[in-house]
Amino acid sequence: MGATTGRFVRLAAARVAEVPFTIDGVSVSGREGDSLLSAILANRPDLGCLPPDRRSRAGFCLIGLCQDCWVRLGDGRRVRACTTPLEPGMAVRLDSSDESW
Amino acid sequence: MSSDPLVVIVGAGPAGMAAARTLVEGGLRPLVLEKGPTPGGRLWQRPATVDFERRLPGHDPDLAERRVSDFLGIVERIDWYPGTTVLDATRDRLWALGSDGVIDQTPWDALLLATGALDRVVPLPGWTLAGVYTLGGAQAALKVHGCAVGRRVAFLGTGPLLWLAAAQHLAARAEVALVADTSHRLGALAALPDLLSDPHRLALGLACFRIVRRAAVPIRLGVRAAIVEGSETVRGISVESTGGRRHFACDAVAMGFGLVPQTQLLDLLDVPFDLEPTSGLWLPRTDRSGRTPIPRVYAAGDGARVLGGEAARLSGERAALAILEDLGRPTDRERAARLERELERQERFARGLARAFPFPTELEARTDEDTVVCRCEGVTAGAIASAVRAFGRHEVNAVKALTRCGMGRCQGRLCGLAAARIAARAAGVPLGEAGRLRAQPPIEPLPASARCMAAEANG
Repeated sequence: MGATTGRFVRLAAARVAEVPFTIDGVSVSGREGDSLLSAILANRPDLGCLPPDRRSRAGFCLIGLCQDCWVRLGDGRRVRACTTPLEPGMAVRLDSSDESW
Repeated sequence: MSSDPLVVIVGAGPAGMAAARTLVEGGLRPLVLEKGPTPGGRLWQRPATVDFERRLPGHDPDLAERRVSDFLGIVERIDWYPGTTVLDATRDRLWALGSDGVIDQTPWDALLLATGALDRVVPLPGWTLAGVYTLGGAQAALKVHGCAVGRRVAFLGTGPLLWLAAAQHLAARAEVALVADTSHRLGALAALPDLLSDPHRLALGLACFRIVRRAAVPIRLGVRAAIVEGSETVRGISVESTGGRRHFACDAVAMGFGLVPQTQLLDLLDVPFDLEPTSGLWLPRTDRSGRTPIPRVYAAGDGARVLGGEAARLSGERAALAILEDLGRPTDRERAARLERELERQERFARGLARAFPFPTELEARTDEDTVVCRCEGVTAGAIASAVRAFGRHEVNAVKALTRCGMGRCQGRLCGLAAARIAARAAGVPLGEAGRLRAQPPIEPLPASARCMAAEANG
C-alpha cells in the first residue's frame, strides 16, 4: 500500500474550510469539523504501530473508549485522536508513535 | 453558591439532556459533565460540517439540531462542562479531567449517570487488523465526519444497528461489500408481536432492510463463523452460513453484536449487577424510575440498559423526577407514571429486538485459540483457556491477573464479556461463575501532564 494513500473516503460535500496540518513533517490538509483521527486517516492508511504486538492500527471504536488511536504531537503531547478536534498547524508524529506504551 | 442540593449529571446525550431540562424546570441548577466537545451524545451528535445529497435513514439532522439547541438554550441555568472526562466516583464526590488538563473534584448530593453504550464485540480471527471498526465507529465516521471507513465496507454482526449503519452507508453512496447477520429470519418473525409495540421503529428497521436489498448488496443470514482476512490491513472477509462459506473482498469491516452499557462509574459506586442470562450481559440494578439500590445514585439511558434513543430521553426525564422527589421537591406523579408507561412500551420493543437479534453465544464460545481476545494486551483465547486449566481459576478478575486480559488501555471494555465466556467454558462452569471485570479508577487513561487541583472541593 502506498504510504500516502488515505484509508477513509469522504462521502459528503464540504461546506467548510480546509485545515492545514502536518504528518511526520509532510504538509497535508483536513477539514473543519474533523477529528484528528478522521483528518489523519483521510490522508494515511494507519496511525502507526503499537505494542505489544506492534500491529498497524487505525482506530476501532472511534468514540473514545477503546484507546487504540493515541498519537503523539510535535509539542510532545500524546492525544486520543478520535476525540481530539483537528486544529490548524498540528504536527502529528506517526513515525514515533511506537516508542512507548 | 446557593444551598440548593447539587445534582450532577454525567453524560449529555439524550438521557442527560432530558434530565438536565427537567431538573431546571424543577428549580435546580444541575452540574453537567460531558466527555465530548458538544452535547447530543452518539444519537444527536451534530454533523455541522457535512452535507449528504440524500437523507440518511434514521438520521434527522434537523431534529438533532433542535434537541441540541434546546439544550444549549438552558446552559445559562446549568453548570455545563463539555470536554470533561470523569475518572472516579465515590459516595460523596467525583473526580474529573477538564478540557483545561486539570483534574478537579466536585461534591454531589444526587448523581445521575447517563454514560451511554459501546458496541459489543465478538473476537474473530483478524478483528484486530487495521480497517476493522465497530458499527458505532463506522456510523460516527459517516454521520459526524462524512467519511466511510474504507473504499468497500463489509458489515458484520447482529442487531438493528447492523442494518441501520449499512443502510446509512448506502444512502451516502458508500460501497458496501456485504451485510452478514448472525441472526436468522425466523427469530424476526417470532419477535414481530413485540416489535409492533413501536410501529415507527419497526418501519425504520424494515426500511433499512429494504435499502440493503434494493442495492443488491450480498446478504448472509444465520452466519456461524467469520474470518477477517489480511495482514496488517483488511483485504477481505469470509463468512460461513447455511449457504456455505464465501469470501468477499473489502478493505474495511464494521462489526457489532448489540451494545454494552458503560457502567464503570455505577460499579465504583457499589451498585449491584445482575447477569442477564440470554445476552450474558451484567446489568446494573435499577428500576424504571432510574433509582439504584445506592441512595441518590441514578442511572438512565443506554448506560443503564440498552433501549435506544427515545427510551433514553424518557428515562432521563423520569430519573430527574425521581431525583426531585427524593430531594423533597414537588413532583408530578402523573407525569412520572406516564413516562414509565412509555418506557414499558420501549422495553417491550427491546425484548422483540433481543428475540430477533439474539447475541451469538456459540460464535463467542467457539473463539479459535489463536484469536486475540484482548486487543490492548494481545491475549489470545488459547492463553485464557490454558491459564484457567493450569491454575484452576475461572473468575474473570483472576483470569485478568493471570493473563493480562482486560488489563490494558481500554480496561476490558471490549474483551471482558468474551473473556468471561471463554473462561467459563474452559472450566466447564456456568457463565455467571466467571463473574465480571471490576472497574478500576481512573476509568480512562489520563495524560501525565494532567494537573490536580488542591484537595478541597469547589463548593
